[in-house]
Amino acid sequence: MNNFFEKSDISRSEAENIVSDTLSKCDDGELYLENTKSETLLLDDNKIKNSSYNSDLGFGFRAISDEIVAYSHSNEISKNSLRQSSENLKSTLKSVKGTYNHEIPKSNKKYYDNINPIEQKSLNEKIKILNEVNNYLRSKDNNIKQVTANFLGEQKSVEIIRSGGESLTDVRPLIRFNVSVMLEKNGRKESGVYGVGGRQSYDFYLKDENWKSVCDEALRIASVNLESKPAPAGEMKVVLGPGWPAILIHEAVGHGLEGDFNRKKTSAFHNLMGQKVASEGVTIVDDGTIDNRRGSLTIDDEGTPTEKTVLIENGILKNFMQDRLNARLMKTRSTGSGRRENYRHIVLPRMRNTMMLSGNQTQDEMIKAVDKGIFAVSFGGGQVDITSGKFVFNCTEAYEIVNGKIGSPIKGATLIGDGPSSLKEVSMVGNDMMMDPGIGTCGKAGQGVPVGVAQPSILINKMTVGGTKL
Amino acid sequence: MVKDQEFLEKKASYCLGLAKKLGATESSVIVNNSVSETVNFRNKKLDESNRSDDLGISITTYIGKKKSSISSSNLLDDNLNILIEKCVEATKNTPEDEFNSLPDKDLLAKEVKDLSLYDDTHIENDQKIDYLKKLELAASNDKKIVNTESSFTQNKSNFILANTEGFCAGYKTSSFTASSVIVAKDEKSMERDYEYSSKCFFKDLDDAGELGKQAADQTIRKLSPKKIGSEKIAIIFDKRIAKGILSTFASAISSSAISRGTSFLKDKVNQKIFSDSINVLDKPDIIKGLGSRNFDKEGVKTDTLKLVEQGVLKHYLIDTYNGKKLNLKSNGRLGGTSNLYFENGNISFKDLLNSKSKSLYITETIGHGSNIVTGDYSVGATGFLVENGEFKYPINEITIAGNFKDMFQHITLANDLEFKYATNSPTMMIEGMVVAGK
Repeated sequence: MNNFFEKSDISRSEAENIVSDTLSKCDDGELYLENTKSETLLLDDNKIKNSSYNSDLGFGFRAISDEIVAYSHSNEISKNSLRQSSENLKSTLKSVKGTYNHEIPKSNKKYYDNINPIEQKSLNEKIKILNEVNNYLRSKDNNIKQVTANFLGEQKSVEIIRSGGESLTDVRPLIRFNVSVMLEKNGRKESGVYGVGGRQSYDFYLKDENWKSVCDEALRIASVNLESKPAPAGEMKVVLGPGWPAILIHEAVGHGLEGDFNRKKTSAFHNLMGQKVASEGVTIVDDGTIDNRRGSLTIDDEGTPTEKTVLIENGILKNFMQDRLNARLMKTRSTGSGRRENYRHIVLPRMRNTMMLSGNQTQDEMIKAVDKGIFAVSFGGGQVDITSGKFVFNCTEAYEIVNGKIGSPIKGATLIGDGPSSLKEVSMVGNDMMMDPGIGTCGKAGQGVPVGVAQPSILINKMTVGGTKL
Repeated sequence: MVKDQEFLEKKASYCLGLAKKLGATESSVIVNNSVSETVNFRNKKLDESNRSDDLGISITTYIGKKKSSISSSNLLDDNLNILIEKCVEATKNTPEDEFNSLPDKDLLAKEVKDLSLYDDTHIENDQKIDYLKKLELAASNDKKIVNTESSFTQNKSNFILANTEGFCAGYKTSSFTASSVIVAKDEKSMERDYEYSSKCFFKDLDDAGELGKQAADQTIRKLSPKKIGSEKIAIIFDKRIAKGILSTFASAISSSAISRGTSFLKDKVNQKIFSDSINVLDKPDIIKGLGSRNFDKEGVKTDTLKLVEQGVLKHYLIDTYNGKKLNLKSNGRLGGTSNLYFENGNISFKDLLNSKSKSLYITETIGHGSNIVTGDYSVGATGFLVENGEFKYPINEITIAGNFKDMFQHITLANDLEFKYATNSPTMMIEGMVVAGK
C-alpha cells in the first residue's frame, strides 16, 4: 500500500487532525488520496509510435453540509496545501452546520488482486507482442492498409481518510488491449475495432496467443463493413446481439437511474419508482462485485463496499444508484456507486457493470419474428439526454433482416430511442447473456470512469434507425 | 496563485540537464500549472465550490531516432529523478523510427507576441456568487422552469516549453467562464438546454442576466416536441452545432490522419472539397482569442493559414513527425488548430431561414456519429421545423445522416459569424441530408 505521507512534510496524524477539524461541523466528507501509475504503448503504421509512462499523485478534500459540496484538490501533499484546502472548504460552508455521519459499511471481500500489471511484463515483451500483432494481421489480408494496436496498463492506489481518522484503502489494477484495422478495396475504406481488458494481468488476456482472437475480430468487423450498403432510415424492428450492444441499457435507462438526476428531478425516470418501465421479463442490475471486471470495485471512491443493485426487476423500477450525498438527501442508503475519475473530480453516482439478465428465447426466434428490420451486433458508443430521455447508440456492425432472414451488412448508423418507453418495446429476451469484452469508458460531467455492460440478445419492436436510405 | 515563469523554467532546465546526463541525445519538456476556482449554483442557491491546483510535467527523450516519454503531477526532484531515468531506459528499449526528431530549428518561434491572453483580475468567490445570483434570477422567471444549474469558473494557467535546441518560452493565459443549464417542464415533456460564455478577460464576459434569460428562453421553446417522418430535407445548423462540423473537417486534415491514410480527405490538397464560396481560416494571432497562441506544442511558430480558399483545400494541419513522413514542413499545428473559422457567407440569418419553404433547424446533436475514414455522418438530433422562415414547432427523437464529402459541397453560410469559441462557424445550411424519424 502506498504511504502518502512518506515524502511529505506532514505526518499522517497531523493530516487526520486537519480532516477531523475541517469536517467536525459538516454532514460528510473525506480526504481522498490517490497515486496512479499508468503506461501506454502504441503501435501504429508499422512502428512503435508511443511509449509513455505517467505517474499522477494528488489529493481531493471534500466537505458537505446539507446540499452544498465544497471541494479542493492539489498535487502537493503538504502541510501548506492541505491547510489552504481546509480554509477553502470552511469558507464555502461557513453559513451551514451539519452532523458528521461516521457510519460506513465494511466488507472483507476483494474483487481483484493487489498487482501492478505494468511491472509484470517487460517493455520488450510488450513491444514484441505489438509487432507480432502487426505482422499477423498484415499477413492475413492484403487489403489491410493500417493496423493500430495498443496496451494501456494502470495501477491506482487510493486511500480515504474520514473524520476521526478512519482509513479505507484499495489498490486497483486495470489493463486494456485494443486493435484497430483499416481495409481498402476498390477505393473504398472501412475500419474495424476490437479490444479486451479488465482488472487483472496482461498475461490473462495474452496467454496462448489469445491476442490473435482480438485481431481476428477487428479484421472480421472491417471485412463485413467493406461489403456494407447504406443503412435504412426510419422506425423498424431491431434485434440486438448479446454482450457489447448492452450500451443500449447503459444509455436508455442506466444514466437516468443515477441518484443525482433523480434527487434533482431532472431525470425522465424521477417519478417512476415502483412503476413499469420495461417489458415483463426484463431485469436489469448494476453490479460492482464481479471478479476482475472493468467496472468492478472493491470499495467505491467514498469507501463504501460495492454491491449488486437491482435497478429493474421483471419490468418494475426498483432502485436508483446512489452515492452518500444523494442517498442522504433522498433518505436511503448508498449503493456503493460513488465514483470519480481521479482526485481532481468530485464524487458522482455512476454505473459499474450494468447488465440485463437472460430470459428464455433464442436469437433465431427473434430473427425469424422480423419481416423488415436490422440486426445490430457491435457498437461504438452512445449518449443520452437524461431530461428528455432520448438516447442514441452508434452501431459499427449491423445487417438488414428481410422476411425472417439475415441479409446484407449495412453501414454504421446511429439508433435513437426514448429511455422510459424503449424498454417497454422489448418483446423477446434471449437466453444467451454475455459480458462485454471489457473496454468501456463512461463519460459524465467531464469525468470518464471504466464500466462494463452485459445483456442477452433482445428484440425491440420499434426504434428509429438513422441511415440514409429512405 | 499560479506558479511563476521562474519556477517553471527552473524545473524545465533541471529535467533537460538530467536527461542529457543520463544519456538522452535530445529532449523536450513542458511544465504547466493551472489554478481554477469554480462556484456552482442550483435553483438560486450555492451548490458547490471547487478549487483545483494542477501541476504537470511531460518529458520526451530521444536517443538518436529512438523516443519515449513520461508525464507526472509530482514535481519533487526525487520523483523526477526516478521518472527521467525510467524514460531514458524506455527510450533505449524502444525501436527506432526514422521520422522521430525535434522540430527544425529554423521553424521554432523566435518571438512571443503579447496577444492579451492574460487578465490579472481575481474574481473572489463572493463576486462569482453575485454573478450567479443575477444569472439564476433572470433564468427562473417562467413557471415552466423546474431546475437551474449555473456555474462560474476562473482559470489561470502558466506553462514553459523547453527543448535541447535552446527553445524556452511560455506565457500565462486566463479564462472566465459562465454557463447555465436549465430544465423546463410542461404537461407533455421535460426538456433541457444551456447557454455559455467564455472570455480571456473578465470584463468581456456576457452579462449575467442576458445569459440566464437566453438559457431559459432556449429551453422553454423546446417543450412539447414532435417526431417527424423520414425524408430528405434541408438542414440548418445552429452556430453551436455548425462549429462541430468544422472541427470534424479539422481532424480529417490533420497530418496524422493523412499520413496514416485514415482520412476521407487524403490527397485532396488543391481540389475543390467545399462549395465555391467557402473559405476556412485558422488565425492564431487574434487578440484575446480563445484559441490564440504563438507556437504549437513543439515550439513551432504558428502562422495564419487559409486552409480552404473558394472551396479548394490548400493545407493540411502539419506537425514535425507527420510532416517528415509526408515530406512537408510543419506549419505549427501539433495539438490542432488555433482560432478556426468559416468566413461569413453573404446572406443574412433571416434570408437563410427563408431560402427554403421547409427546413429543419438543429440546435443539438447527440452521439459520436462522425467517421473520418469514410466521411459517414449519422447523429441523433433536436431542433425545430422551419416553414417559410418561421419556427413552427420543436422536434426530437430523430437522426440526421449524410456523408461529409457530399455535405461539404452543399453548404451555404449566413453572415452571422461571432467568436464565441475557439472554433466558430456562421449559421450553416446543408442540402441533401436524410432525416430519420417516424
